[in-house]
Amino acid sequence: MASLIIKNGTVYDPANNVNGEKMDIYIKDGKIVEKAARGAKKIDCNGKIIMPGGVEIHSHIAGGKVNSGRLLRPEDHKKLVMPKTKLTRSGSGFSTPSTFMTGYLYSKLGYTTAMTPAMPPLMARHTHEELNDIPMLDKGSYPLTDGNWFIMRYLKDGDIEKAAAYAAWLLRSTKGFALKITNPGGTEAWGWGKNCKSLDDPVPYFDITPREIIKGLAEVNEMLGLPHSIHLQANNLGRLGNYETTIDTIKVPSGTKNKDRQTLHLTHVQFHSYGGDSWKNFESEAETVAKAVNKTDNAIIDTGNVTLDNTTTMTADGPMEYYLQSLTHFKWMNRDVELETAPGITPFIYSPKMSTAAIQWAIGLELGLLIKDPWKVLMTTDHPNGGPFTRYPRIISWLMSRPARDEMLEKVNAAAGKRSSLASIDREYDFNDIATVTRAGQARSLGLSETKGHLGIGAHGDVAVYDIDPDNMDPSKDFKGIEKAFSAAAYTIKGGEVLVRDGEIVKVTYGNTYWTNPHVDKSLEKEVLSDIEYNFKRYYSVNLANYPVQDKYVKNPIELKIDAQKVGA
Amino acid sequence: MQESLSKRCTVASDVVCPFCGTLCDDIEVDVKDNKITDVRHACRIGTAKFFSVLEEGRPTKPLIRKNGVMVETTVDTAVKKAAEILKKSIRPLLYGWSSTSCEAHAHGIAIAEEVGGVIDGTTSVCHGPSVLAIQDVGCPSCTLAEVKNRADLVIYWGCNPMHAHPRHLSRYTIYPRGYFRERGHQDRELIVIDVRKTDTAKIANKFIKVDYGRDYELLGAIRAAVNGNEINAEVVGGVTKEEIQKLAEKLKNCQFGVIFFGMGLTMTSAKHRNIDNAICLTKDLNRHTKFSIMPMRGHYNVTGFGEVLTWQTGYPYAVDFSTGYPRYNPGETSANDVLQRGEADAALIVASDPVAHFPRKSVEYLAKMPLIYIGPHHTPTSLLADVFIPSTFVGIETGGTAYRMDTVPLYAKKVVDGPKGVLSDEEILERIYKEIVRGK
Amino acid sequence: MIEVNLITGRTIEQGASMEISKLSDEYTKATAICELDSEDMTQLGIKDGDNVKVSSVAGSVIVKARNATQGPHKGMAFIPMGPWANSITGTGSDSTGMPPFKGIDVKIEEAKAEKVLSARELIEEVYRGI
Repeated sequence: MASLIIKNGTVYDPANNVNGEKMDIYIKDGKIVEKAARGAKKIDCNGKIIMPGGVEIHSHIAGGKVNSGRLLRPEDHKKLVMPKTKLTRSGSGFSTPSTFMTGYLYSKLGYTTAMTPAMPPLMARHTHEELNDIPMLDKGSYPLTDGNWFIMRYLKDGDIEKAAAYAAWLLRSTKGFALKITNPGGTEAWGWGKNCKSLDDPVPYFDITPREIIKGLAEVNEMLGLPHSIHLQANNLGRLGNYETTIDTIKVPSGTKNKDRQTLHLTHVQFHSYGGDSWKNFESEAETVAKAVNKTDNAIIDTGNVTLDNTTTMTADGPMEYYLQSLTHFKWMNRDVELETAPGITPFIYSPKMSTAAIQWAIGLELGLLIKDPWKVLMTTDHPNGGPFTRYPRIISWLMSRPARDEMLEKVNAAAGKRSSLASIDREYDFNDIATVTRAGQARSLGLSETKGHLGIGAHGDVAVYDIDPDNMDPSKDFKGIEKAFSAAAYTIKGGEVLVRDGEIVKVTYGNTYWTNPHVDKSLEKEVLSDIEYNFKRYYSVNLANYPVQDKYVKNPIELKIDAQKVGA
Repeated sequence: MQESLSKRCTVASDVVCPFCGTLCDDIEVDVKDNKITDVRHACRIGTAKFFSVLEEGRPTKPLIRKNGVMVETTVDTAVKKAAEILKKSIRPLLYGWSSTSCEAHAHGIAIAEEVGGVIDGTTSVCHGPSVLAIQDVGCPSCTLAEVKNRADLVIYWGCNPMHAHPRHLSRYTIYPRGYFRERGHQDRELIVIDVRKTDTAKIANKFIKVDYGRDYELLGAIRAAVNGNEINAEVVGGVTKEEIQKLAEKLKNCQFGVIFFGMGLTMTSAKHRNIDNAICLTKDLNRHTKFSIMPMRGHYNVTGFGEVLTWQTGYPYAVDFSTGYPRYNPGETSANDVLQRGEADAALIVASDPVAHFPRKSVEYLAKMPLIYIGPHHTPTSLLADVFIPSTFVGIETGGTAYRMDTVPLYAKKVVDGPKGVLSDEEILERIYKEIVRGK
Repeated sequence: MIEVNLITGRTIEQGASMEISKLSDEYTKATAICELDSEDMTQLGIKDGDNVKVSSVAGSVIVKARNATQGPHKGMAFIPMGPWANSITGTGSDSTGMPPFKGIDVKIEEAKAEKVLSARELIEEVYRGI
């Protein structure tokens, strides 16, 4: 493995309280070390900023739903193409780029890790096949547990230990990293064309509420001691007045604690901060939601920024996608998955001239700017739902520059200024804040902060260098320069190897796939397995033996073994 | 006999059947001395496929055409010749892919990209029009146990699963008991709409005979009735207005309905517009109840090829790499069009048989050009090939990934060793790829 | 001679015999056939098992006439998918990629004296030497 000395750069490493210091970084055998290794290659980064490699916590980049999105939108693929080069494969797609291209595009932005957040367990093999075809990044995926019949039944019966043992089995069977919950209960209701409209709206036939599912799974998650908390897409995404559900949801797992991190990761909260009771008086409730986040000590969020693009929405929240297409009359995919979940896909055009889209754009930024602690508000677009991840540099420029926002407010529908508080916010992020919301905070939320999202000794040699001289550049004024610099990393270094130089791919590698493997008490596991076997035969369409993802489906796996034997003992 | 009974055979269970898109995964195969001796649970066609590995005179040595005659050669020579043909070609066509693994697909796509060729799957002559319709209007669908557990109304339109997907009804749709359908077929209604009273129609609760080529009109009339509009004709597509209205009421009032459709819609008159209308009917019905629609994908991994090609290039079939990046325009970049325009100047055919299954005019062009064929059997295509590299059967002699018609991916495992010296499609394609890039 | 609408497609016999081998007699038996309505057979003056010549603008082929088992479908003929059917399927794809495999105008004539070729013979005769 390569050794490197990254010299003379200005380093932003918030996890280690390094805020804009000129210092050298040493990498040996793929890891950050204290001293330069003999014969290490030097990279001079004078007049450049250095951050840990970017970490993506929530981006739909692989799996059945993503591929359905690609299938659905040939017109999107004509908008961005990459021809084959000596080094790289070809690809296409603006909002739903093909797999090889996805890796290259992330790498050009300085990212080295990306998690895909919504894997139907039955389709897990597919997700892994695609992850294997995404180069340049470490990866992982979160199996969906929202409408899972086993989970709902165990939780309904108050059998939390069995629910935990089942979740452990599910993570192992899907080679999944964390537990994802999307519109809890609502996805099962969608099996009948219905939905769960509040936290206390029971799931048809299962007689359990979304509140009980969230609370139960948060407990399960901490009983198993998983690295990441539950990763929740709250009920009522995209609905008018949904901020009340969101605020309610933040409180649900408040009894569950973890000393190192949050116990609730609430995702793409922009889509969940809506006020008003008709599209005519649709307004931002980001201030109210931000207040609730500021107050809580066990929940954090990611933003789900809207970038005002023609994009493709995709979520395991089937009823929401149906609702959205009933508004737009655009083409619509639905992919209900037996006993598990209900993904849906439909294109959406966030036209800046449209009041709702402009307000949505403002809400994403309000959340970022009104939540005081950057560790509690991570930057995402819920790619590709709010816009493609390739727009991150633009969002960074908006967060760092009030003039950039003002310029946008002039251009977009005036409702953005009137029905949100964005126009009144002065705050501008500094580079340390940016490093927090794009890497350090994401790594901490994932429970991977030992090796990712920082540049301390022992961390992975994953480094991003941007062509920005912090002494001679005012991000507030030169926001266009900020966008440009973050669009094309001067260097992206992964495991000590230079993958990108001056925004161009110079080396192609394939990273690791992370998955968690909690072991619960053996006799409990056996009991749950026989239950699984009984129900599989009757209700699934595949044999149990053909369900678990075989080892061969995970290229370069990193298995995180977790001793959870106290569960059931 | 006694002796052979006393010698125990091994039983492979949970075997995935590599015939059709139903992708049954409950097959049991008895194996003795590396020979398949019995196959249980599979349908007639699936069973025939498992036993076909024992075909007498099955080709095991690669063949190359020399002075008009096919002569035996080594794998190395055949691979070299194949690579040479592809490298020399200006517009090679790489076609087939529906009866091999996703692992093989990936190598095939890499070759197509490398040589700047056109790669197309059998989708093109099967559910290609369904893809075109989906790209226009979407597709509300579900996995097959959603149907098993919930469906009380099942429609087969322009398809004949009793012949083409023999276990579809018994595994997923009509006969099995489901969580919410405890009495199995007694809890469900089966409607078949077709131009013939097919063997599937014969077991239906209701058969509706549509005039040939009038599916589009009939779908439109049903949509009108579902949406509460007047039908301005007494008979549409051979079906009376009253019957259409009754059907519309039935569709609206079921609890969970599903439409399965086949070549009766994709191949007739309006082609993708038929599917478009069928999908829009399904969308309309979701305003009243829960409704899904699903194409009856034919070969066991035709779906998988579409998936792999889509995630690697953005498009599910008919991808043209001649510009260096993936381009897609069915009707122009699809196999039969590329052939019938006389554009293709060489072809690599894998895991399919276009000489049997393409129209005469396309085959006439195939016959003219250097033709490389990879597959386990002699077929009409192998008869016209210039290079024939026999391969193992995926899902019987080689493991590999396949996607069911509802896009559920399964690992089709190996149950016996293939004949000595015979490589898998995956291995052969990888070697051809390496040969092409060697020295580059 | 009668003029009918031809559709082609899968049958379970064609599928099973194809998996045995397309060069087998079983395959020819299952696939080199034309299912006809009994009224159409009467009009042609033939019975089940007689050879017929089926012609379209693309060409013609000799197959065995069979009583339709999935009928009645007067005015419609069915040939299982395969090289015999595709000797007469048409050209073009209306810019959709999908060739015409169904809805082909064909003429059917009695051809008791003519021989049904095997798949191998058919390929050799029609395409070899092109």
